[in-house]
Amino acid sequence: MVIKEPDSVDVLSPEDPDALVHAEEELGESLWKVRLRLAWKAFKKNWALFMENKIGLLGLVIIVLFGLLALAYPVLRAVGPWQDDGIYDPVIGYDAPVQEFQIVATEAEVTDPTTQKDANTAQLWCFGAVPGDVCEIPLQPAPPSQGHILGTDPLGRDVATQLSFSTRSAFMLGLIAAVVTVGVATVVGSISAFYGGWVDNSLMRLADLVLLLPLIPILIVLSGLWAINLPLLGVLIGILSGFGGTAIVLKSQALSIKVKPFIDAARVSGGSNTHLILKHIIPNVLPLSFLFMMFTVTEAVSLEATLSFFGLLNVDMSWGIMLNTAQSQGYLRTGFEFWWLLIPAGLAVTLLAAGFFFVGRAMDEVINPRLRAR
Amino acid sequence: MTSQIGKTRVKVEDLRKLFPISKGLFRKSTDFVYAVDGVSFEIRAGESLGLVGESGCGKTTTGRILVKLEEASGGEVLIRDRGTDEMTHVEDVKDRKEFRRNVQMIFQDPYESMNPRRTVFDIVAEPLFVQGMGTTGEREQRVVDLLRLVGLTPPEPFLFRYPHELSGGQRQRVAIARALVMEPSFVVADEPTSMLDVSIRISIMRLMLELAEKLGVTYLYITHDLAVARYMCDRIAVMYLGKIVEMGPTEEVLGSPMHPYTRALLSAVPVPDPSYHRPKVEIEGGVSRAINPAAECRFLARCPFAVDKCRTDPHPDLYDRGTDHLVACHLVAVDGSWTGRERAVLELRA
Amino acid sequence: MTGTQMRPAERNLGSGDTHPQAPILEVKNLVLNYEVKEGMVSAVEDVSFALPKGRSLGLVGESGCGKTSVALTLMRLTANNARVLGGEVILDGVNLLELDKEQMRLRRWADISMVFQGAMNSWNPVYTVGVQIREAMDIHWDPKPSASEARAKTEELFNLVGIDPEMIDRYPHEFSGGMKQRAVIAMALSCDPKVIIADEPTTALDVIVQEQILEELKKIQRDLGMSIVYISHDIAVIAEITDLMGVMYAGKLVEFGPTADIFARPRHPYTWLILSSTPSITGPRRQLAPLEGEPPNLLDPPTGCRFHPRCPFVIEICRTDEPTLTEIEPGHTIACWNYTQVPVTLSRGDE
Repeated sequence: MVIKEPDSVDVLSPEDPDALVHAEEELGESLWKVRLRLAWKAFKKNWALFMENKIGLLGLVIIVLFGLLALAYPVLRAVGPWQDDGIYDPVIGYDAPVQEFQIVATEAEVTDPTTQKDANTAQLWCFGAVPGDVCEIPLQPAPPSQGHILGTDPLGRDVATQLSFSTRSAFMLGLIAAVVTVGVATVVGSISAFYGGWVDNSLMRLADLVLLLPLIPILIVLSGLWAINLPLLGVLIGILSGFGGTAIVLKSQALSIKVKPFIDAARVSGGSNTHLILKHIIPNVLPLSFLFMMFTVTEAVSLEATLSFFGLLNVDMSWGIMLNTAQSQGYLRTGFEFWWLLIPAGLAVTLLAAGFFFVGRAMDEVINPRLRAR
Repeated sequence: MTSQIGKTRVKVEDLRKLFPISKGLFRKSTDFVYAVDGVSFEIRAGESLGLVGESGCGKTTTGRILVKLEEASGGEVLIRDRGTDEMTHVEDVKDRKEFRRNVQMIFQDPYESMNPRRTVFDIVAEPLFVQGMGTTGEREQRVVDLLRLVGLTPPEPFLFRYPHELSGGQRQRVAIARALVMEPSFVVADEPTSMLDVSIRISIMRLMLELAEKLGVTYLYITHDLAVARYMCDRIAVMYLGKIVEMGPTEEVLGSPMHPYTRALLSAVPVPDPSYHRPKVEIEGGVSRAINPAAECRFLARCPFAVDKCRTDPHPDLYDRGTDHLVACHLVAVDGSWTGRERAVLELRA
Repeated sequence: MTGTQMRPAERNLGSGDTHPQAPILEVKNLVLNYEVKEGMVSAVEDVSFALPKGRSLGLVGESGCGKTSVALTLMRLTANNARVLGGEVILDGVNLLELDKEQMRLRRWADISMVFQGAMNSWNPVYTVGVQIREAMDIHWDPKPSASEARAKTEELFNLVGIDPEMIDRYPHEFSGGMKQRAVIAMALSCDPKVIIADEPTTALDVIVQEQILEELKKIQRDLGMSIVYISHDIAVIAEITDLMGVMYAGKLVEFGPTADIFARPRHPYTWLILSSTPSITGPRRQLAPLEGEPPNLLDPPTGCRFHPRCPFVIEICRTDEPTLTEIEPGHTIACWNYTQVPVTLSRGDE
């Protein structure tokens, strides 16, 4: 057998320090353009797949609507009808329409409760009123009206402003929680899967422990220790859910990638462990990570509502606080008579959580071709 | 490249690999699968050796040890260093990067051996990238040259395709390009064509032979398919439960197989000729695993010709019949041929 | 060798056969498309063949040639996006494509059963193999077998496929790969089907085990007079076990005839090239001819003959007109415009 010098290719100069620097510089130009184009192409393809999924589309529409609602707050406060701080501030604003009531002697004599009040009850507003007097009573909560399209709460504050203001906080909370969860879970999962052995064992036992911690009681305890505001809550939810279930799921995904022959191939090419994790394992775990981001947002939004409802958070205004106000003032007992205190906030929590959940489900189908409906 | 024709390029001596059988978290395993058990062979420069056997015989593990994907439990692997032209122990390679440049592998599954999220350029250039070889422009040029070399012409349209956009044959060409991009002198090919369709298989086999000649690459070709080994390999070694039972020039081994296992394997291969009268397969049963094997011939349980010596003596060493054709069988060792089997049986029983 | 030589299965169906039997299974002009987002994939285009009773027929071709789609259509087990656009599948006088779902369900296993690729991994790990075979019998036997009847039948089948009847009460994980595949064959036989379809029955198995399974299948065909359809990508396996064979390329049947005749003299350029590029351990070490190019995209199949872009003997008409299956010898049909140019001997490649 004759061995010829390869004619078409030259041996590259290895480990030329200058070459390395150049490589990094040159990577900026044409290659990045190509990569951007490829990423755009991939995005368009996935977008088309996503759009096929009606549930996902619905979720996206919901999220966009909430996005507009969140945007409404700064815009309307600055240039729109909500400019009056005294009235429309979601926390310290106050406005109550005044209604005149005829005072009658006893409760039995009240024939029209919208215009008449018995003397006893009226004492609360008009001290010393006697039957026959007219008493002016500020209505709080007040039902929807021209100035307050969703009415006011028991403290006379505008519900629509509160709703819009809280949407922004909900998005912020969700974003922080999602990013922290996925960051923690991807790194923990990948490292645990890749190194195995005692690293895996200790990380996964820790994950089991976190998974077993009852999330709500823990947060209740922590809220007693610290004043928990929304960013801190986001980080806490992120760490707890990222270290627990999400890390375990992402680890099993990373594990299924670790045994793929392309990992061996990269190792034979001389790739270091860091290279393998950064270039091969994490990019293949990321789609699933994004999916869990969506579910984490759902979780964070509901959790915030729960904790605020019990008044455990150091938050000025949120959907949970709105419900908490209604509850602490006793308006939950009356069923749906004061619906504007319950429905807007309650529905917002449910819808936004559902919106992210639907998007997550649709992404799941884009990522997992096996789930794709034919 | 200095001429290395005929010089030993890879030397494996008494290679062992034991896999512990897991006994749970806290108990130390006492049972081992003897995946590779005392394998020795040499591959000369420019030659290709076929490692043949059924699944679980240890052929893939042997290949993985040679490229340092697996740590050997014992024995020695020496590979000729390109720079110093000396045989170097794989365990104490000083320059790991140099080792990776010198020794490469082609994997079986063209679908799974490439990261689905990376382009052909990324895949082929990865060795250059991790080794810090060349500038981006040089790498691109090099990848284009390689793609042309493996028959993906014109190469440019392939550069930024993803693996799933390529057919099986094209992917395997990309895999070959990746293995050859650093000009290794030794390549372990682990069933590179077994997942491909017949018509594509042949072009890949031809490509590999062509490149071996052009670039002076030495192959260890791992396959379960004797017909493929016949076309790819100058010599073949037949493995059974971690042992090499027969080794020699391909035509010699296929033409006059000596070990009862090789004979069975050969007669089981389907032949694309309906008029061919296949000899009956003499053995029964399937391959098991060598778990803590006893000191007896490894093939004893399935051998129809076993005599007492096969039970009492440890697994026979490879017996050199003089013609570079080695067989590990007591029966053959008696008079050096298979035709004297009856006489050998009598002699060994006496 | 000690004189024991395997005789190949009797192959008296060659060109000399003068007693054509009524076919047990007949496929006529089958057309099958897969509906995908990008359009229609023309997976099976106008495929016709007939399998006489007690014979074995092989369909061979590369992956994506439509051979498995044909097999699944015979069982009416095609994927949801498959559209059978025409043709008939006549099993013993009944057109299976006209049956409703329930009728077909009852015929599956009872009249036509299948051993598919990787079937050995389809055993449910929590039931014994015997119980699972019994289940198939309970559904399809009329009347249902008694416990002793079912056991006797299973034992008989286990003996037939070469498994120790003791193994009936064992769980799948106690079987080796080859044993599991034998048990699948036993199960396929449990309802006395008229036809068995074996789709790559030995592909995942080692060569010695493959040989054993193929021997069992040959024995079943011989002893029970079973009619078997083999689907394989491995032309050597087809050579070994079939009486008749069809070569498929890109959804079309390009050559059909007695196996011995086709191997003796392949007439279609594709068959000729496939045989030329199949390595063998026997005979002189031949230079192998590669088949250039790739199979076409069936979303948009080539005009004319689907093989023309890769065909070394292409002439003008191949690009425009589709060749139909024509009988060139008794029982040997091909679809090619220019078959007279195909050499008698196999290609040696471009040396």
